[in-house]
Amino acid sequence: MANAAIIDALRSGAGGSVGAEVGPRPSDLTLRLARTGDLPAAAAVLTGAYAMALATVVATDETATPEGDLKVRYVFEPIAAGAPDRFVTLLISVDAARPEVPSLTTAIPAANWHEREMRDLFGIVPVGHPDPRALVVHDGWPEGVFPLRKDFDGSRRVPVESAEEFPHLVAEGEGVFEIPVGPIHAGIIEPGHFRFTSVGETVLHLDARLFYTHRGLEKRMEGLAPLDAFYVAERICGVCSVAHGMGYCEALEQIAGLDIPPRARLIRSIALELERLYNHVGDVGNICAGASFHYGNATGARLKERLQQMNERLAGNRFLRGLVIPGGARLDLPDDLLGILAVTLQDTLAGFDSLMGRILANPSVVDRLDDTGVLSHRVALDLAVAGVAARASGVDRDTRRDHPHGAFAAPDAPDLHVVTVSKGDTMARVTVRALEARESIRLIGEFVRRLEPGPLRVALAEPLPGGRIGISAIESARGEAVHWLRTDALGRVERYHLRSPSYHNWPAVALAAETAIVPDFPLVNKSFELCYSCTDR
Amino acid sequence: MLRILLNALRTGVVTTRYPAEPSIPPGRFRGAPVLRAGSGLPPSAVCPSGAISAQLDAGRAGLDLARCVFCGRCAEDPWAGAVTMGREFELAARARSDLRIEVMADYPIVPVPAPARDPDTEAARAASEIHQVLGRSLHLRHLDAGSCNACDWELAALLNPVYDVRRLGIDFVASPRHADGVVVTGPVTRNLATAVHRTVEAIPEPRIVIAVGACAASGGIVGESYASAGGVDKVLPVDVYIPGCPPRPEAIIFGILVALGRLDARRPPRTA
Repeated sequence: MANAAIIDALRSGAGGSVGAEVGPRPSDLTLRLARTGDLPAAAAVLTGAYAMALATVVATDETATPEGDLKVRYVFEPIAAGAPDRFVTLLISVDAARPEVPSLTTAIPAANWHEREMRDLFGIVPVGHPDPRALVVHDGWPEGVFPLRKDFDGSRRVPVESAEEFPHLVAEGEGVFEIPVGPIHAGIIEPGHFRFTSVGETVLHLDARLFYTHRGLEKRMEGLAPLDAFYVAERICGVCSVAHGMGYCEALEQIAGLDIPPRARLIRSIALELERLYNHVGDVGNICAGASFHYGNATGARLKERLQQMNERLAGNRFLRGLVIPGGARLDLPDDLLGILAVTLQDTLAGFDSLMGRILANPSVVDRLDDTGVLSHRVALDLAVAGVAARASGVDRDTRRDHPHGAFAAPDAPDLHVVTVSKGDTMARVTVRALEARESIRLIGEFVRRLEPGPLRVALAEPLPGGRIGISAIESARGEAVHWLRTDALGRVERYHLRSPSYHNWPAVALAAETAIVPDFPLVNKSFELCYSCTDR
Repeated sequence: MLRILLNALRTGVVTTRYPAEPSIPPGRFRGAPVLRAGSGLPPSAVCPSGAISAQLDAGRAGLDLARCVFCGRCAEDPWAGAVTMGREFELAARARSDLRIEVMADYPIVPVPAPARDPDTEAARAASEIHQVLGRSLHLRHLDAGSCNACDWELAALLNPVYDVRRLGIDFVASPRHADGVVVTGPVTRNLATAVHRTVEAIPEPRIVIAVGACAASGGIVGESYASAGGVDKVLPVDVYIPGCPPRPEAIIFGILVALGRLDARRPPRTA
């Protein structure tokens, strides 16, 4: 049994005891490390011998429970293609009086932001972390105030204290320039600050500072009835509305022990592919803008607009909000709308193929995309990069296959062709998007063919079971999003955490940009096309 | 190159005629909720963004369109008879108070006394002033104050070939120094407060501030918290509010034209 082998491997390297239990899902495993000092060795076993990657890190404040501690869960998942659908959680208890944990960042770079975030929001100090700077809370946030602790009132405004200028990491030397960009950008995009240090046009280092759009949404959801909190989850991010709404629902339905009707599963998966499609098509257009190919930009925008107008017909909202609901689907897709869907997709396919043909036949565009902003396979693995960016660097991961959700969890699910390209440059990311857009259109056809008349929704009996954990992973347009939800004794949301694909991918953008010149940064950035809002929450 | 020209010719004109011709949203579109007076109105707890106020004891129910996220929950069973999601989307208003819908429970229909001030003269004054200074054209700076990016993408869509707002004399500029005003999305997060102030201060006066979407107009689903101011008017005077989550592109065009004084803003139903 695989579980027994993992448990033995962890026990042999641990100084303290290792308690093992199944969960949160029946295929998952949770290992309780009695000594926090055993964490690095245990994590090394999972990432080493068992070829796992960090999926998410969730801190919780349990000082009000009999155990009276803070807890941190480090959730890992296998990365080999064809590995079973499972999460392995390392659970440690942290003394609230001396909240320190050993840092994993130098061994597992993907842990970097997770650890800085729990230092800011919970006051849990990752001892040995190479970067002492704040991440989520910005200048003027008072020392010793931790907004995700339970004794902090989330609705409270906190006074801004005087602060020093944020210490950006920069390169220094003769002829080295610093270029500050943002947080308010020239175009209509989300806010973030990029501090380049360059020599001439060559980027020496890029320090990205995000979390400007931190809205405290995880805290906002705490204490809400799970059905109420859904509307917040659906609005964490605009262009990931379906993915995040659906991920929250799947975690919730796991806690409730609900199996949603097959028709609802199919409608959710259709919505998820439609979201991927309008994102990918629009992204290819925007990448053309980065390469000054205006015909491509206008064509991508026109095709995306047609898809969003169809979204409005299907869901009543151009971002498909209002289609997914806890327990199933809120709206049905009747035959007349399916007819419109089929025609629109056919036209989109023809228009998109033509656009890709124009891009590839245009040497001045191809030249900008080739070899620009390279993300190596090794770095993609180290940072647990997700989605398009990972698959363009040869990492064969797709959550639809690795953690089946929506209609992919059904017995008669269609085959998914996971597209990978090895080069890791901007052209590779364009290629992956182009192939995936076609695959999404094919999948929607497969899902529609499987639609049988039947119920849309099952009732969610409130209150939900108390003290249970739900975990789900969804392949959004940008890659794997991991949702972690726990109910309190009354069945309300006790803690919700979203690790979006952008969260793991942002550090990769900075590294890819360092292989490019400053004027190519917009192109590189658009080829990753990450969200700020679902990173910052 | 020839192929590109041919493709462009074959595609033809895709640009909408809005606002010269009306835009009819599809049947499922969720616009301004329509409350029917009488019993069976939903309790305030039904609304995830707190747009429904509970004053049922006073015989009155209200809905704040600035807060509404148009999820349609209050129009689902068992309140489907009392609330329906209308298709009206041209909701921009110059005053927050104009975005309140009120119904008297157990009373035939809508009438609510209008506020004491006279919205007609006020709007006319604002419109003529803006007209004088800015003419019919408006150059705007986009300012993301912590949005979920849906409103941002809809603003970006205004420049696509379908909406092409440049045909209306509206454009988005890169520098606040070149702008006549600002379109703000998001509830103004704590981490962006400084950037918001500095950007707005860099715009020459007189300047127009347009709050786009529920978060900017009222805090929306985010509300007020350690991380959020709870709406643009908590930190800046706002000239026009555009409700929506997000507002569809036509609704934003409508709001911008209201800000310019080229169209009349939404007004609350007047007493008969």
